[in-house]
Amino acid sequence: MRAGRPKRRQRGRMLIGAAVSTALMTAGCGHSGASGSTGPGATGELVVMAAASLTESFDQLRSGFEARNPQVEVAISYGGSSGLAQQITSGAPADVFAAASPATMQTVVDAGDANGEPAVFARNQLVIATAKGNPKGIRTLADLKNPDLKVALCAEQVPCGAAAKKAGVDVEPVTLEQDVKAALSKLKLGEVDAALVYRTDARSASGDVDAVEFPESTGAINDYPIVALRHAPNPSAAAAFVAFVRSEEAQRVLADAGFQRP
Amino acid sequence: MRGGATRPRRRRVPAALNSRRAPLALLLPAALGLAFLILPLAGLLIRAPWTTLPERLTEPGILAALRLSLLTASLATLVCLVLGVPLAWVLARLRFPGRRLVRALVTVPLVLPPVVGGVALLLVFGRRGLVGGWLDQTFGVSLPFTTAGVVVAEAFVAMPFLVIAVEGALRGADVRFEEAAATLGATRWTTFRRVTLPLIAPGVAAGAVLCWARALGEFGATITFAGNFPGRTQTMPLAVYLALEQDVDAAIVLSLILLVVSVGILAALRDKWVAA
Repeated sequence: MRAGRPKRRQRGRMLIGAAVSTALMTAGCGHSGASGSTGPGATGELVVMAAASLTESFDQLRSGFEARNPQVEVAISYGGSSGLAQQITSGAPADVFAAASPATMQTVVDAGDANGEPAVFARNQLVIATAKGNPKGIRTLADLKNPDLKVALCAEQVPCGAAAKKAGVDVEPVTLEQDVKAALSKLKLGEVDAALVYRTDARSASGDVDAVEFPESTGAINDYPIVALRHAPNPSAAAAFVAFVRSEEAQRVLADAGFQRP
Repeated sequence: MRGGATRPRRRRVPAALNSRRAPLALLLPAALGLAFLILPLAGLLIRAPWTTLPERLTEPGILAALRLSLLTASLATLVCLVLGVPLAWVLARLRFPGRRLVRALVTVPLVLPPVVGGVALLLVFGRRGLVGGWLDQTFGVSLPFTTAGVVVAEAFVAMPFLVIAVEGALRGADVRFEEAAATLGATRWTTFRRVTLPLIAPGVAAGAVLCWARALGEFGATITFAGNFPGRTQTMPLAVYLALEQDVDAAIVLSLILLVVSVGILAALRDKWVAA
């Protein structure tokens, strides 16, 4: 709706969304040799804010982290990345932020709420999700141009929509959904014939949907950055969780969910 | 729609009561309550990007969303009036077993999370829904992702407001007028048209205004049932939500427009209809 429109900067703290179509920032790899177990003293509650598309894998990672750190209780709040970023910059008490796009992460960094450099821990790619068994015989992106097909896309304002645009998807959708899970729901309910979602989302719903890979999607691979937050109530556990997400064990969980390694 | 002579007179606050000092125990929470309701509004006004307001207002996307919002909220109110007033009459004037249950069911959309309402609508009117599947196969009509779908979603969440308001008005209306009409040989339908409806007109108007306002602000059921497509199903609340993903200032501007329009229309309507 308003992407790519030049705007006058004002009052310093403008959220710039147009950045999604510009060169994405590359997150420097902060620290290495991540093991993910804390030293003595990491206890209490750890609050993680994570993008909706991370739901299934982070639920698993929580168990893994709690097994290693029995003193820590992890609470995860899932939602659209942009909404979470806004909660963080408004002072929500959280320890870790995992976003579905560097542009969203940048708003938190710009607001001075990040502790150090965000690190990319996973990458995700779009697929065409269809009903189970692909009854409409969708094979390529071009097949979606068929006017008899109902297609759900994400709105340009959210990462999955921005990625579709970047991949050069030129399809007339019936709806532009507000997040990737909503697009998937419309497909699961049978209201649309296809939806452009992440590979991980299609995999998490593999009981109901099939995934059709399309080559154009390599032109818009989404990076997922993670960072410990500056005002974290539990900084030691936050650092441990970020390290754990980048550890070999966590990377295997993410790969199983359909994420690619950074 | 002027009630004329049959309109009940507004009860004025007696002068004796008005002159006495209001107790602090009431005034203090009242002031707090008012502040609680008004402060968020003030926050929007303070944060609004006044300098860029004119250029933002003239964006085609915004005008399309506003037009669609006004159109669908008005159509939804019309649907609610046509279906809701008779429903309120049945609840207020007919004795039948299970009336209490029916009344409780009417209020379900009030307590149902709107998104759940949207899903429920999909399960009935969607392509695979009970009614929607039949509509799709027989007439090739499909409600989701259409402007008609927006009206359905808005009417679903807003109708209880109208039904409750009208039912209250009917219960408060003096039935002796209706009885008199009946003894003079009027049928129930004539009585309803010529006696009851003018009697409860202010209540119906108040209910319609509430219903319209609720429909205008509807978000969850709309985005779930009708989806989000600019010019077709993207109403103002949906535009606000998506603008928030990118640009807080734009979202604030959109919200302000919605506020100004609704407050303006409500104020105009109140003076015209509701205040007797």
